[in-house]
Amino acid sequence: MLALVKAVRNGIIDENPVFRLVLGLCPSLAVTTAMVNGFWMGMAVIFVLTCSNLFIALIRGVVPSKIRIPAFIVVIATFVTIVDLMMKAYVPEMYKTLGIFIPLIVVNCIIMARAEAFASRNSPIVSVADGVGMGLGFTLSVMVIGAVRELIGTGNLNLFGFALFGQGLGSDPAMVAVLPPGAFITMGLMLALINAAQRRKAKASVGGEA
Amino acid sequence: MEYVAILLGGLLINNYIFARFLGLCPFVGLSDKVETATGMSMAVVFVMTMTSAVTWAFQTYILDPLGLAYLQTVAFILVIATLVQFVEIVMLKVSPSLYRALGIYLPLITTNCAVLGVAILNIRSAYGFLPSVVNGLASGLGWSLAIILFAGIRERLATAPISEHMQGFPIALITTGLMSISFFGFQGLFKALFR
Repeated sequence: MLALVKAVRNGIIDENPVFRLVLGLCPSLAVTTAMVNGFWMGMAVIFVLTCSNLFIALIRGVVPSKIRIPAFIVVIATFVTIVDLMMKAYVPEMYKTLGIFIPLIVVNCIIMARAEAFASRNSPIVSVADGVGMGLGFTLSVMVIGAVRELIGTGNLNLFGFALFGQGLGSDPAMVAVLPPGAFITMGLMLALINAAQRRKAKASVGGEA
Repeated sequence: MEYVAILLGGLLINNYIFARFLGLCPFVGLSDKVETATGMSMAVVFVMTMTSAVTWAFQTYILDPLGLAYLQTVAFILVIATLVQFVEIVMLKVSPSLYRALGIYLPLITTNCAVLGVAILNIRSAYGFLPSVVNGLASGLGWSLAIILFAGIRERLATAPISEHMQGFPIALITTGLMSISFFGFQGLFKALFR
């Protein structure tokens, strides 16, 4: 039980795929024009990551190691197709907004990296926990990026049709934050902030020991 | 005129890096030196053009007539993986010198989302055969333009005095953001040309 909690925690904090490992940069910049987009993208990634981790952990003893990569790709692509069709059917508006980035989950480095580095070496149950943890880590990260960009770029935060700040903050938001250049700059500044926080923490602990 | 529009669009206006966010992993990972960036660029242009042609034919002559359009994602990723492998083998036989120059980059291309991206975008834009190929070429060239420019800047950044928190990814992303702002200017060019 402890191992499962640890695996989930690892994905959200210690090895956060977006902020720590900087994997899957394309979707985390492209779909984060609003917080809700980040949420749905995250849900799709959690589903694919959990299912593919489970299946790959189940078949790891059967697949010869020489052809494991193509086999992983087929497993992942199958689950991506399921998510693609489901979202097209049930959340068509969001499907249109996320566009090409739903099928592109296939080539998302996070999923292949977890398949190769974790699921192909661990038992199915731990692999599922790892998939959920990593997926949650991705979801929370893209929601945070989305929230920052939406807040700066539109002066408001929308969550499922509910505007958090009513009329919005100020009448002249910095539009650039929701445009493509804003994505790069926001992400760059956030990574710098995390670097700084980490270094401060490392320094404090060194000072404490001495 | 349509081809000019596609070329300009892929190269400057809807640039795969600066406007569409496709192929960012190799863009950040392989842009330390202009030389490596150029090698990767040539491989990407080549594979994106070939992929556009092959996936278009695959969709039009196999998936659509059989009513298997829902297999698009699975089919395309396998087609791309096979194609890259095939290109690698042919190149090794026909031109070993080209293989030595591009060979190490080829396996990386299968998981470059720009390649699968262009294949799917061609189908979603309902392009014909030639426009698809031109779009593949233009998008590849646009991606190359971005990474080569960026590598040039990064070579200088390596010796610049940058705060330790900003080194590595943060400064790379902020630089890309500033380049993206300047590429935004090309949208006006497009409006002026095709009014």
